Amino acid sequence: MAESTALVSAEHLVVRRSGKTLLDSVDLDVAPGEIVTLIGPNGAGKTTLVRLLLGLDRADAGRVIRKPGLRVGYLPQRLQVDPVLPLDVSRLLTLTRRARVPAQHAALVEVGVPHLLHSPVQSLSGGELQRVLLARALLADPELLVLDEPTQGIDFTGQAELYRLIARLRERRGCAVLMVSHDLHLVMAATDRVICLNHHVCCHGEPESVRVHPEYLALFGPKVAADLAVYAHHHDHAHDLSGAVADGHEGH
Amino acid sequence: MDDFLLRALVAGLGVALLAAPLGCFVVWRRMAYFGEALAHAALLGVALGLMLDVAPRFGIVVTCLVTALLLVALGRHQPRLASDTLFGIVAHGALATGLVLLSRMESVRIDLFAYLFGDILAVGPTDLVWIGLTLLLVGLVMAWLWRPLLAVTVHADLAAAEGIAVARVHLAFMLLIALVTAVAMKVVGVLLVTSLLVIPAATARHFARTPEQMVVIAALVGMLAVAGGLAGSLGLDTPTGPSIVVVATLLFALGLLHTPRDEAPVSR
Repeated sequence: MAESTALVSAEHLVVRRSGKTLLDSVDLDVAPGEIVTLIGPNGAGKTTLVRLLLGLDRADAGRVIRKPGLRVGYLPQRLQVDPVLPLDVSRLLTLTRRARVPAQHAALVEVGVPHLLHSPVQSLSGGELQRVLLARALLADPELLVLDEPTQGIDFTGQAELYRLIARLRERRGCAVLMVSHDLHLVMAATDRVICLNHHVCCHGEPESVRVHPEYLALFGPKVAADLAVYAHHHDHAHDLSGAVADGHEGH
Repeated sequence: MDDFLLRALVAGLGVALLAAPLGCFVVWRRMAYFGEALAHAALLGVALGLMLDVAPRFGIVVTCLVTALLLVALGRHQPRLASDTLFGIVAHGALATGLVLLSRMESVRIDLFAYLFGDILAVGPTDLVWIGLTLLLVGLVMAWLWRPLLAVTVHADLAAAEGIAVARVHLAFMLLIALVTAVAMKVVGVLLVTSLLVIPAATARHFARTPEQMVVIAALVGMLAVAGGLAGSLGLDTPTGPSIVVVATLLFALGLLHTPRDEAPVSR
């Protein structure tokens, strides 16, 4: 992908925290209009990478290049509003920028929850809150939506629905989407490209190719592998318990 | 009404107005201990002001501002200590140091009780000017700070990701609290300043549906507490500062009887 057209790109990002390498020379590009999904086990550095791309943290080495004036909509992994703060959905929608009620309503219609406009934020279910946060992000007319595990705390059907909604939003608005997920099977249909991260980029490509990639299978274990067709492959490196590349083999 | 009573009432109402927006954010952001630390440090400010032969007011304002900055810096560089521990140490360390320094100043006779629990009946015209100026400044800064501060309160990373300068907003807010603490201690004293921030805001929560409503109701509750406390202290000959806080506490208790509307079952 040509760097000049990317909305955001990471080049050789390295992050070390208290002696551990969380990210090891990670490269990533998100082009306009594409859905990129970041998968990997817990502690693989997915959230760390997202925070760098959003400009919330600094890398120890490497750099993040963002298209100048990029409009980003962000859905954090967890948003809990303290019950002592009286906040309804309408106020949450206008948290960082003003929007008139018709625009707020339209954004809620787009994510399928227009009836929630005046509900207290604390009364929303997990799925409702994510939709409201999505609507909030949409009000900024984002070029890039960043979602950190958007389906956390949502039941299985709700998860599938949310991914379909994200895919529809992309089609309608043409915005790019970068999301973090645990579950490749669920996001498969709704993603253009998958990046499998475990401190370094293990493998990346279209979901179909990643699904059968030996690195992906090695990371997600024999159960996932058993669910898939038997095929011949060999690893070019292995992971030890900490997730580091055990055989000293560097890149891909 | 006597002049000194009128001045006391105006000063009290002004401080209640000042405390409302900041008190709400203190409650929302769980910063009661921070306010407490600043208030206690104010007594050290009194002592330093007397030692350096400047007006205690300047000593208080400067000490509160410096303490606020110190707490921010300490919080950043002392990840091992929880912030309430840190605030407790600074609060009582500063209070004790202030008391020790004041006791050593034999040449100065000060009314310690007035500093600890307030002396609203001794409010002079200069105090009123100070309160008025602070009200103006806090009003202007809060109007500018309101939306970003609310966003940072709800989710700091979300705010930062969408271009809000979180550290700057946070700092501006802390400095405002330091300023209001310095002004409010004339009314209720260093030991009770935090109550004027926290209690009206907590009472308002039962009735408010939006953050803005909560501030307005907190201001009303605070003003009611000031008026009630002042009247009560005159009638019963009790110290005014504590009387105001007692009335505020009673209002809070009354508020508990009210069922918050948004805790009622929500129809889905």
